Order: sequence, then C-alpha cells, then structure tokens
Amino acid sequence: MIEIAQARKRFGGNVVLDGVNLQIAPGERIALMGPNGAGKTTLVRVVLGFYHLDEGRVRVDGFDPVAQRVEVLRRIAFIPQTPPPIRLLVSELIEYVARSSQIEAERIREEAQALELVVEEHWQKPFFKLSGGMKQKLLIAIALARRGRYFIFDEPTANLDPKARELFYKRLEELSGEHGILFITHRIEELAGLIDRKIYMELGKVVEDEPFAMDCPRGAASRM
Amino acid sequence: MKNLALVAWLDMRESMRSRWFLVYLVVFGGLMALFFVTGITDSVVMGFTGLSRLLLVYIQVTIVILPIFILITTVKSISADRESAILEYMLSFPISLGEYYWGKMVGRFVITFTPVFLALVGGIVWGAIQGAPIPWGPFLLYGAFVLALCVAFLGIAFCISTLVKSHDMALGSSFVLWIALLAFLDVALIGLMLQNRWSDSLIITLALLNPLELFRVGAIALFDPELSVMGPVAYFLLDTFGRPLLLAYTIFYPILLGGVAAWAGYWLLRKRDLL
Repeated sequence: MIEIAQARKRFGGNVVLDGVNLQIAPGERIALMGPNGAGKTTLVRVVLGFYHLDEGRVRVDGFDPVAQRVEVLRRIAFIPQTPPPIRLLVSELIEYVARSSQIEAERIREEAQALELVVEEHWQKPFFKLSGGMKQKLLIAIALARRGRYFIFDEPTANLDPKARELFYKRLEELSGEHGILFITHRIEELAGLIDRKIYMELGKVVEDEPFAMDCPRGAASRM
Repeated sequence: MKNLALVAWLDMRESMRSRWFLVYLVVFGGLMALFFVTGITDSVVMGFTGLSRLLLVYIQVTIVILPIFILITTVKSISADRESAILEYMLSFPISLGEYYWGKMVGRFVITFTPVFLALVGGIVWGAIQGAPIPWGPFLLYGAFVLALCVAFLGIAFCISTLVKSHDMALGSSFVLWIALLAFLDVALIGLMLQNRWSDSLIITLALLNPLELFRVGAIALFDPELSVMGPVAYFLLDTFGRPLLLAYTIFYPILLGGVAAWAGYWLLRKRDLL
C-alpha cells in the first residue's frame, strides 16, 4: 500500500503539494491527471524519495522513501517522461539495472523484444545516441522486467509511435492484477480498460478522486 | 558494497570514453614524453639534473594542471546529472545514496590518479633505461603527494557538486577556488606579507591550509630545501616543523581535507532534496 498523508511541499514561496491525502492499494491502476504545475511529478518524486516533505508522511508498504529508500525502490519500477541523456552504453545500463535490481539481464531483452526493440543491435551504443522512441522502449522494457509491486509511469508513451503504444498497452494488459500502476497522463482515453481509478490534481491538491471506467475499446477511444 | 563497486566500475568505463579523459591522458603522458624528447633529464637548472630535474618539472606542471582537471571534470558528476535528470533515473533503482556517491568517488579517484602516477612511473622507467640513477625515496613520496592531492580535490569537487544545484555554478565555484589556491602560493604570500603588513602567523596559517602550497613545499623539499628554490614561506615551514613532520603533514592533511569535504557532500546529499 502506498500511503500519502497530509503531504505538504514548498519550493521557495510556492506550495506545490498542499495537504495531499492518497492511498494506493496493490493492484490498483490509477490515472493521475491535472494541468502543468498541478504537482503530479512532485508527488511521484516524493513517493520515490527524491524530495523531503515539509509536512505529512509517505509510506510504501510501511517503508519511508527517504530513510528506507532501498526497500521502497525494490518495490517500485519507474519510467520518466523524457529519457535522460545517460552516457552509459546500452550494455552497461542493462548491467547497472540487472545487478542493482537483482534481475536477469535476459528478462530486459525479452521485454524489449516484445516492444520490437532488438537490444543486441544497440548493445555497444551509448544510450543517449538511440532515437527517442528506442530510448523510451528500453526504459519501458527495464521497468517491466523489474516486475515492481508498483509501476509509476510519467507519461511513458510521449515518445512512442501508435504501434509501439499499442504494444506497450497490450503488455500491461498481460500483467497480473497484483501490480499497482500509477500513470501520469494527459490522454486518459488511451488508458481505457487499463485503469480503474482517476485522480485529478490542481494547484497541489487532489480535487477529484473517483472510480473510472470507459466502455469503448482503447483503439476506438484513442481515435476519438 | 557490490553496488558501490558497480557504480565505480561503470563510472570508470564512462570516463574512459569521454573526451576530457583523452585530453587528460595526452596532457600527462604527452608532457612526460615531451620532457624526454626535449632532453630535460640532461639539462641542469638550479643544480637539478637527471630524473630529479624531471620530477621537479613534473611537480610544477602537476600543481597547475591536476587540481583544475579534477575540479572541472568532477563537479559535474552530481550537479550535471541532476540538471539533465540522469540522477533521477539512476537513483530510481534500489541502490543506496552511499553506494552511489562513494562509488562515483572511488571510480573518479582511480581515473584521475592512475594516469598521473603511471606517467610518473613511465618517466622513471625510461630514465632508468637511459642509465640515470632512480631517486626511489622522492619517487615514492611524490607518488603519495599526488595521491593526497587527488583525494583533496576530489573531495572538494564532490562537495561543490552536491552543494550547488546548477552545473554552471559548480564550474564557476571550482574556477574561483582554483584561482584562489593558486594565488596563495609562495610568491603571492610573500607579496601580501610585504605589501599589506599581514601578520606572519596568518600568512603561515594560510600556507598550511592550502593543499597546493603544501604539495609544492613537500615536493620541492624532497630534492633541495634551499631558500632560493622554495621561497621564504616554504623555507620557514620547513625550518620550523622539520622535514619528516612537514612531509607527513603534506600527505595526511590533504587526505583529511578531501575526506571531510567528501563527507560534507554526502551529508548534504542525504539531508537535502535530491533533485
């Protein structure tokens, strides 16, 4: 369970999280929405232990993300919105992930293959020299291979073409129901059938939190 | 520990592919080659000749180049990664901040110390092949001085890198620090003392706190502790503390300084927002 209670965070004079209360149970699939500057990314960074809260508390399965970051990050697989310009070779990045997360590198290759990315072809290339789509596919493959108890995706499909998006969503549908997913997204129609709860943030507050269901199939929804 | 070694190993491999490392290799390896090509071991300046003369010239070059190279290449290791969101991604894996931070530092230490030391070893070996007697004592002590200097500036650079959130600020701070330390070498110190009538004890304290001045004093004291070569402040230090104590201080103080600065950087990393 991810528990966020009365979370408050300021940067200078700006309040970016203003008393956020949220509980995310394992297996829940949530779309986190809101305009730019609403506090979505800050909230995610608090859960990942990057920011110290000014007030309130966050726990991930009972662990404090700042004081017990290793325990927390064992449970969470994260995909950032924009792939960072990592200078490691693809092989080195995979080695870093596999050894720090204690997973088989082969699993990352398989997940990449499912997204039609042949990792071996890029093995000795620096990560930052891959195309935007390839980088994003590799980050998705890494996250899926880690089989986190929770997945946190910050607009993960922003750099993907429609086919790659479909492959990604299909792969998510195949995941068992025990994985919780928190999507930051502006395109909820693409997530039809994948999520069961929608949270809307504005000015650092949760202003809407309700169950979500969209009847039409995702393909149709994304063309709406 | 496994993750610390992993981070260090990957940082070393990444550094070895970077342009700055190539320039670093060319500077130190190339300089050593240049010394031999220009016949520096055969020349006599201020009584120094052979491999002692070579070491002396190498010391002068190291004082200027090594600290700034370490500072400008290392201050970006945390600050630039923070700006480009690399830090956010790399720290989203189950790895402790200690493993990441100290792993980066170990990797960077190996990559900055090894070329300078190997160039020195290469110079000594080549000189020995040419038939020059090997000055073992100065060579080993000089190696220890270089190690201490590397630790001092790596620690300072990592501290700046965590303290300052912008890459440009980190670079700017390194330059200011380097210029300040370089300016407070012996010539500037005596100039200050004469012109502004600062107290002698303040001038001597500044000299004892400056790792560059200590490196210079210690290194030159290995060869010929004469006033004309070392300058008045350095001569005073040597005369007051004696050679063994000064040499020990020249090794241990920079290591302590670097260690404290690195620890301060780590403390800041843990206590402040990471991004």
